[in-house]
Amino acid sequence: MASVTRPLSVRIDKKEFPSVGERPSNHVLENISFDVDPGSFVIITGPSGGGKSTMLNIIAGLDDDYDGQVEFGSQGPNIAFVFQSPRLLPWRTVYENIALALPPDDPRLANIPELLKRVGLTEAANAYPEMISLGMQRRVALARAFVLEPDILLMDEPFVSLDDPTAYALRELLVELWSRRPTTVLFVTHDRAEAVMLGTRILRLSAGPATIAEDVPVQLSVADRGDREKVRAEQRRIFGEA
Amino acid sequence: MRQAHNAQARGPRLGRLGWSLISLLALVGLWELIALIAQSRYMPGPTEVVQVMIREAEAGELWGNIAATLIRVAFSFVVAMFIGSAIGLALGRYPMADRFFDTWLIFFLNLPALVIIVLCYIWFGLTEVAAITAVAVNKIPNVAVTMREGARSLSKDLNEMAHVYRFGWWKTLRHVTLPQLVPFFAAAARSGLALVWKIVLVVEAFGRSDGVGHQLNIAFQLFDVPMILSYALAFIIVVQIIEMAIIQPLIARATKWRR
Repeated sequence: MASVTRPLSVRIDKKEFPSVGERPSNHVLENISFDVDPGSFVIITGPSGGGKSTMLNIIAGLDDDYDGQVEFGSQGPNIAFVFQSPRLLPWRTVYENIALALPPDDPRLANIPELLKRVGLTEAANAYPEMISLGMQRRVALARAFVLEPDILLMDEPFVSLDDPTAYALRELLVELWSRRPTTVLFVTHDRAEAVMLGTRILRLSAGPATIAEDVPVQLSVADRGDREKVRAEQRRIFGEA
Repeated sequence: MRQAHNAQARGPRLGRLGWSLISLLALVGLWELIALIAQSRYMPGPTEVVQVMIREAEAGELWGNIAATLIRVAFSFVVAMFIGSAIGLALGRYPMADRFFDTWLIFFLNLPALVIIVLCYIWFGLTEVAAITAVAVNKIPNVAVTMREGARSLSKDLNEMAHVYRFGWWKTLRHVTLPQLVPFFAAAARSGLALVWKIVLVVEAFGRSDGVGHQLNIAFQLFDVPMILSYALAFIIVVQIIEMAIIQPLIARATKWRR
């Protein structure tokens, strides 16, 4: 069998935040090691404050103060990050926020109108972020990530603080964007139904210092993911709830 | 229903304009009244002051002096904003520098304007450079303090976003950092301009041979109160026009994205 280049290989031996003033140091991650296959949708779940966001920040290159190594399958991989809050530039329009993710004169700029249409923001292209709803802002953040055509897409609870129907619609939108252009995704969430509906593999972290407690594949076909009963059954199988 | 709503919307706006007019008329009326009661050549009424102003404007002296003052204001304002912003941003970004230079900043903030002006003229002579330096040095600490606040409040979240999406330093400065500093810059510019207007006049009175300040100094020596008031009035009008025609539209443009 020919060796497959893995898009991402993560090894974090130890991550500790040093003590600041009165606050003691915080040992958040310990002995974390996993490889990611191309095109897989990896869910990372676990207790709050358990270092899930820290792990994404390390992979994104925002935090390099840790023991270990993060290796990518390609040189200078294209990484997109959808944060917990949309993190849009309030003084730039919806269109500009998406375009700024690309270098000027990039050929991918031509894809923006089509992408705007797909996320339902054509009408809002010239609006400023503060003038549109949170659900729309999150769609802008999704479009900004997908316009990059990323090799690796990091998502940190991107659909929190939305009402259920809006969150559901955004998950479907994400699945649609992802199936049009499969990419490797690392997705942090607390929501078990969301985890099963979206993921192909679930990594459960233990309480701090967090390490990988469980690594399970999700055994659902694309068609099954729209079926709430099958999603619930799989959720029971993985998380073992009544 | 709809008409009632419209009337309500228009009411307060007309009212505000009306109030300004009434308030202004009351001020002029009070002034006229005091002048009538005082019957003194040191307390001229508004009509006389406006006449002197028109005469001075036609003779050409008024515009030349106002222009000279405006040029000094412009130069010292630009110099002070530039240097003050650079210092403020550096202090806001590097806590070590901030800890070290904080005392210096407090020293210069509390140094009386007059001391700076006198020292500048003594050290650099009665020159244009000394005049502009004196005004700028007076204003730099204020700008630095405001911009330091701005640099401290820069969003870490947006910086991380810019880093992940590989903005690079120029794109980050232009699209992420500078827009966050606009409100602080506008605040520094407005309070700074108000200060510069006043200090420029003092600098001119001390050591320049033209400008509104110089003219006021001459009028003071002659106890020519109508001249003093006519220059003051012309100056207030010019400052208001600049405020409304340049500064307010600029601020409105920079903050149009706000809800």
